[in-house]
Amino acid sequence: MSRYLRPGSIDEAVGLLSTDAALRIVAGGTDVYPSLGEAAARAAFLDIVRIPGLRGITRENEAWRIGAATTWSDVVRAPLPAFFDGLKLAGREVGAIQIQNAGTLAGNVVNASPAADGTVALMALDARVEIAGSDGRRVMPLGDFVTGVRSVALKPGEIVTALLVPDRPAKSRSSFLKLGARRYLVISIAMVSAVVDLDDAGMIAEAGIAVGACSPVARRLPALEARLVGVPPAQAADVVLASDADVLSPIDDVRARAGYRRDAAITLVRRTLAACAEAAR
Amino acid sequence: MTSLSSRDTALVDAAEPRVGFTVDGKPHTLRVPPTARLSEVLREGLGIEGVKVGCDAGDCGACTVILDGEAVCACLVPAARCDGVEIVTVEGLAEAGRPGRLQEAFWRRGAAQCGICTPGMLTSAEALLRRTASPTRADVEEALAGVLCRCTGYAKIVDAVLDCAADATTAPAVGAEVGAAVGARIDRLDGRAKVMGTDAFGADAWPEGTLLVRVVRSPHHHAAFALGDLDAWRRANPGVVAVLTASDIPGRNIHGVIPPLADQPVFAERVARFRGEAVAAIVGERAAIRALDLATFPVTWSALAAVLTPDDARRPDAPLVHETRAGNVLVRGLVRRGDAEAALSDADVVVEGAYTTGFVEHAYIEPEAGFARRVGDRIEVFACTQAPHMDRDDLAAIMALPPDAVRIIPSAVGGGFGSKLDLSLQPFVALAAWVTGRPAGVVYTRPESMASTTKRHPSAITVRIGAKADGTLHAMRFEGTFNTGAYASWGPTVANRVPVHASGPYLVPHYEARTAAIHTHTVPAGAFRGFGVPQAAVAQETLLDELADALGFDRLDFRIRNALTNGAPTVTGQVFAQGVGIRACFEALVPHWRERRAAARAFNATAGGPLRRGVGVAGMWYGCGNTSMSNPSTIRAGLGPDGRLVLHQGAVDIGQGSNTVVAQIFADALGFPVGQVALVGADTDLTPDAGKTSASRQTFVTGAAALRSGAALRETLLLRLNAGPDARLSLDGTMLRADDGRRDSASLDLAGLEPDAHGFVFAAEETFDPPTSPLDANGQGEPYAAFGFGAHLAEVEVDVELGRVRVLALICAHDVGRAVNPTLIEGQIEGGSAQGLGLALMEEYIPGRTENLHDYLIPTVGDMPRVTSILVEEADAHGPFGAKGIGEQVLIPTAPAILNAIRDATGVLIRDLPATPGKVHAALAAARAAGARP
Ligand SMILES: Cc1cc2nc3c(=O)[nH]c(=O)nc-3n(C[C@H](O)[C@H](O)[C@H](O)COP(=O)(O)OP(=O)(O)OC[C@H]3O[C@@H](n4cnc5c(N)ncnc54)[C@H](O)[C@@H]3O)c2cc1C
Ligand code: FES
Ligand code: FES
Repeated sequence: MSRYLRPGSIDEAVGLLSTDAALRIVAGGTDVYPSLGEAAARAAFLDIVRIPGLRGITRENEAWRIGAATTWSDVVRAPLPAFFDGLKLAGREVGAIQIQNAGTLAGNVVNASPAADGTVALMALDARVEIAGSDGRRVMPLGDFVTGVRSVALKPGEIVTALLVPDRPAKSRSSFLKLGARRYLVISIAMVSAVVDLDDAGMIAEAGIAVGACSPVARRLPALEARLVGVPPAQAADVVLASDADVLSPIDDVRARAGYRRDAAITLVRRTLAACAEAAR
Repeated sequence: MTSLSSRDTALVDAAEPRVGFTVDGKPHTLRVPPTARLSEVLREGLGIEGVKVGCDAGDCGACTVILDGEAVCACLVPAARCDGVEIVTVEGLAEAGRPGRLQEAFWRRGAAQCGICTPGMLTSAEALLRRTASPTRADVEEALAGVLCRCTGYAKIVDAVLDCAADATTAPAVGAEVGAAVGARIDRLDGRAKVMGTDAFGADAWPEGTLLVRVVRSPHHHAAFALGDLDAWRRANPGVVAVLTASDIPGRNIHGVIPPLADQPVFAERVARFRGEAVAAIVGERAAIRALDLATFPVTWSALAAVLTPDDARRPDAPLVHETRAGNVLVRGLVRRGDAEAALSDADVVVEGAYTTGFVEHAYIEPEAGFARRVGDRIEVFACTQAPHMDRDDLAAIMALPPDAVRIIPSAVGGGFGSKLDLSLQPFVALAAWVTGRPAGVVYTRPESMASTTKRHPSAITVRIGAKADGTLHAMRFEGTFNTGAYASWGPTVANRVPVHASGPYLVPHYEARTAAIHTHTVPAGAFRGFGVPQAAVAQETLLDELADALGFDRLDFRIRNALTNGAPTVTGQVFAQGVGIRACFEALVPHWRERRAAARAFNATAGGPLRRGVGVAGMWYGCGNTSMSNPSTIRAGLGPDGRLVLHQGAVDIGQGSNTVVAQIFADALGFPVGQVALVGADTDLTPDAGKTSASRQTFVTGAAALRSGAALRETLLLRLNAGPDARLSLDGTMLRADDGRRDSASLDLAGLEPDAHGFVFAAEETFDPPTSPLDANGQGEPYAAFGFGAHLAEVEVDVELGRVRVLALICAHDVGRAVNPTLIEGQIEGGSAQGLGLALMEEYIPGRTENLHDYLIPTVGDMPRVTSILVEEADAHGPFGAKGIGEQVLIPTAPAILNAIRDATGVLIRDLPATPGKVHAALAAARAAGARP
C-alpha cells in the first residue's frame, strides 16, 4: 500500500531512507508523478520540501548554496549576479510556469535525464553536489555525480541537500539556449549553456561550456574552453570548430536524429557565446 | 547519527494523513490517500470538479490551481503535503455565484470553446494578474504556456486575459434584436457553465458509489493471448467486483461506425490486432481499482508477426489483419473524369511529387470518460460523444437490447475533432453497470486514450499535375494510400472523400484519383477534421506552387485563374449554379500577399544572419455533410403551457458552437429573441436525431432543420392567433402575443392549453436532408449539396542553421455562406489553423513511443502567430440564411500554406510531414550540397 512520510529534518530524512529502501524522495514531484503514472497509488513517498532550511539560495564563503528544495521560480526571481543569467534562462525554459513553481534544481539533477536543462546550466558553472547520508555529508562535482541516463552517484539512504555554485568574478557573463520542436513545454533536442569570465583587458580569462541532450550525460567542451582563453568575447563564436562536437555522442530518437543534434549543438554553442558577448558589452 | 525523536518530526500519519487547507476561501479538513494527487482529492474528496484532469503528468495544465499564490499542476502535488495551504480553483474566481471578471472576459471573447482547458487557463491567468496587474501580451503568453488548448488556437484566450489588465475593460455583451440573432456576436449560450467550471464533462457528476472500470489492453501490435483464472484473480483482489471479457457480452461483440463494415470487437477474442486493444475490463471499488497492479492480471501473450505500414501489409506473404479482406485492403476509392493520362502527355508543363504523413492524434484535452447505470431493463450512458444516436444503436446490438432500451446522455465534450464519433468507453461502462447493477464509470488515462482511440490516417500520396502554357490546369493524377489501422472505423469515408476533393477547388478537366485504405496492426485510423483531405491538400497545393513557378505565373494569381466558379463542373461533374466562393477567398488575400511578400523580400535582403522569411498560400474546398449519402437532421421545438420556449438541440456541441448557432437560426426563423430559447440537449430519450457532429454538417444540415422548425412553429402560432406573416410574436409569461401593427394585437394564454406527449402546447418538428446523388463507377455525381471554400496565407521565418520554423502570421479567408456568429467562426479558424500548424510542423503519433502529451507535441500558445480571419459570404441556397459548414474547412489549407511559405523562404519543400527542425535542416543541407544557397 502507499505511504507518505514527511520528515522534519535532514537527519530524520536520512534515518528513514536508510531503514526503508522502498521510500522514494519527492520534491517538486514533476518527475516523480509522471514517471509513476498510475503506480503513484502504490508508492511510498518521502516528502522533503518542507524540511526547514532546505529551500533558498544563500552565499557561503566562496560559493552560492542552492538548497535542494529550491524551485526554478525561486532561482528565476532571486537577485543573483550576472553569471547566473544562464541558469535563470534555463529555469525559464523548464516546462512552463506550473513546472517551474514546483520543480526543483536538485530534482532535475537527480532525475538524471540526458535532456535536463538545469544540469547543463549548472555544469557550465562548475556546480558541486552536497549530499547527506548516515556517514555525514560529502560534496562532489556535478560531472561526477551524474553517471549516466537516469543514474547518479547516490548511495542508498543518501539525499542531496544542496547544489553549490562557486562564486565568479564580477565580470562574468553567461547564457543558455535550448532547441526544441515547439516554443514552450518541450524537452530539449539540444541545449547549451556557457559562462565566460573576463579579465581586466576584457578578454576571456576562463570559459565554461556545457552541452546537453547530445550524450547520456551533459558534456563540457574542454578543448574549446581552452582555446577561448585570451579571446575577445565578440570573437568567441568564431573560435568554435565543428570538431568541438567530437566529444558528444548523440543518438537518434523521436525528437531528432544524431547528426542533426551534433550540428545543432555547434550552432547553439556559437550563439550562446555570442549571447554572452552581447551581455558583456 | 539519526534519532527519530517524535518532537522534531513532522512525520505524518502514514496510513491516511489528515490535511487541513483552505480552498476557494473555505476551510476543509479531510483524510487523504497517502500519495494521492491534489487534483484527485479536490475532485473526489471535495467535489470540486472544476479542476480538470487531462494527463496526470504535468503536460496539459488543465488541473492548474493557485497554491499559496503560485500556479501549479494539481496532478503533481501530493495532497498530503497541503496541510495549511491556501488553494484557489476556477470555482473561486466567481463573484457571488456569477462569473468573475476573468470568467466574464473569457465568455465574451469566445475564449472557451469546449471548455475543458478553461479552468486551467483561468487559474493560470489569475495567478499572473495577482502578480502583474497590467501584463503585456508576452507576459500573458508566458503565463499561459503551461496550459494546452486544442480548440481555440489561443488567440481569444490571450485577448480575454489582456481585457482584464488593470487599465483595460471587457466589452459589453452583444444583444440581438428579434430577427437579428443571425450574424450577431452573441455570447455562447452554453458558455456560463464553461467559464464557471461547472459544465459536466464525462468524468464529472458521477453518482455516489460509482464503481471504477479499468481496461486491460494489449501491449503488442499483434498477439495471441490466453486468459488465466479470472475468478481466482478477482477473489485475490478485494474490492474487485467483476472481470469482464468477450464472453460476458450479451449481444454481438462487434461495432463500427459504418454498419456493413463493422469489424471492431469490444474485447478482442484470442488475438489482439493492435497495441492498446482491449481484452478485458476490471470493475471494482475506486480505491481498489486504483491500487491494482495490472502486471498481475492473468493473461499470457504470444506476440505474432505484425504489419505496421501499408507497404508491409501489401506484401504477398503479409499476415492478413482480417481474413476476409484480401491483400489487407479495406476499400478503394476512385474519381475519374476525362482522360488524365493522355492529357498529362499533352500538357505543356507537368510537376509531380511523392508525399508522406504520419498518424496524427486528436489530442483533445478531455480523455474519454463517462459512466453508465442500469435502470430496470434499460441502460443509460453519460459520456463524451459526437454521435449519440449512432452510439445508441451500436450499443443496443452489443447489449442485445432494443435501441429504445439504451439511453445516451452526451456529457459536455472536451474536444472531439472526429475521434469521439466512434464508440470507445461506452460498452465497457454499460456492461459493467449491467452486470454489477451499480453505476460504473471510467476515465481513460492519457496513454490509454492515445493508444486505443482513432487517429488521422497516415498517408503516402503521389501526384502529377499538368498545365497548359497559358496557365490553365489541364490534368491531374492522384494516388493515395491510407493506413487505416486494424479496424474499419471511418477508413471508407477517407477513401471516398479524398478522390472527390484531391483536385482542390479548381477546374481540372482531366482527372483521375485513386485511393486505398489498407489495414495494418496499428491503432485504427478514423475521422479527424477533414477525413484525409488535409493530407491530399498538402500534396496538391504544394505542387500547384511548383507548377505556377514552372509556368512563370504568380502563385496566387495562378490559383485565381484556375479557381472553380459558378457554372463550372467539379471533378465529379457537379455544377453549382451558385455558392462557389473560392475566387473571392483568393482575391481577399491579394493585397496581403503582395504586401507580405514584399516585406519578406526586404527582410531577406537586409537582415543577414540565419533567418529567412517567406510567404505561402493554399486553397481548399470541402463538401458539407455525408458524401452522396442521406444524413438528415431533425429539430423539434415547442412552447410549454408555462410559456417556456424549448429547442431540442440534438447537434452535440463539442465546443464548435452548435448550441448557440442552431439556436440563433431557430430564433430568427421563429421571430423570438434568442435569449428566450431554452435548450434541451442531445439526450436520445428526449431529443430527435440531429445526426453526428462531423463532416462540417451541423450548421448546414441541423441549422437548416432548425430554420424549418422555427418557420413551421411560427406559422402555427400565427395561424392560431390569426395574425399576418409579418406579425411580431412575443411572450410575456404565459401570454403569447402577435402584433402586426394594423389592429389590436392578438393574444392567447398558453396556460389553459392541453400539452402534447412532449409537454408542448404548440410544437414543430422538421427534418432536413441535404440533396445529393450517388456517385457512379467513375465517381461522377453530386456528392454534396454545398461546399465550403477557403484560402490561407502563411508567413514564416526559417532559421536556416537550425531548421526551426516560426509561423509569423496566418491570414485566413473563408467562404462561410453566412457568418451566423462571427466570433464562433473566428474561433473555428484560429483553432483549426492551430491544428493545421501542428500537422505541418510538429505532430506525429508513433504507437508505443509518443503515447503522452510530453512526447506528442501540439502547438502551445507560443507557437501560434496572430491569425487574421476574413469572412467571405457567398450565400448557399440550401444553407440556413445561406450558411455553410466551417468546422473542417479551417484546418485544410494551413499546412500547405506553411510548407509553401517555407519553400518561398528557403527553396526547399518538405514532402514528408511533419516539417520538424531536423527534417528542414536535412533538406537545407541537401539543397546546399546540390549547389543551392538557401
Ligand atoms: C510538463 C513538464 C515539463 C518539463 N519540462 C522540462 C524541461 O523543459 N527541462 C527539464 O530539464 N526538465 C523538465 N521537466 C522535468 C522536471 O520538471 C524537472 O526535472 C524538475 O526540475 C524536477 O524537479 P522536481 O523537484 O519536480 O523533482 P521530483 O520529481 O520531485 O524528483 C525527481 C527525482 O529526483 C529525486 N530527488 C528529488 N530531490 C532529491 C533530493 N534532494 N535528494 C535525492 N533525490 C532527490 C526523486 O526521488 C526523483 O527520482 C518537465 C516536467 C514536466 C512534468
Ligand atoms: S492533468 Fe495535470 S497537467 Fe494535465
Ligand atoms: S477550449 Fe481549450 S481545449 Fe477546448
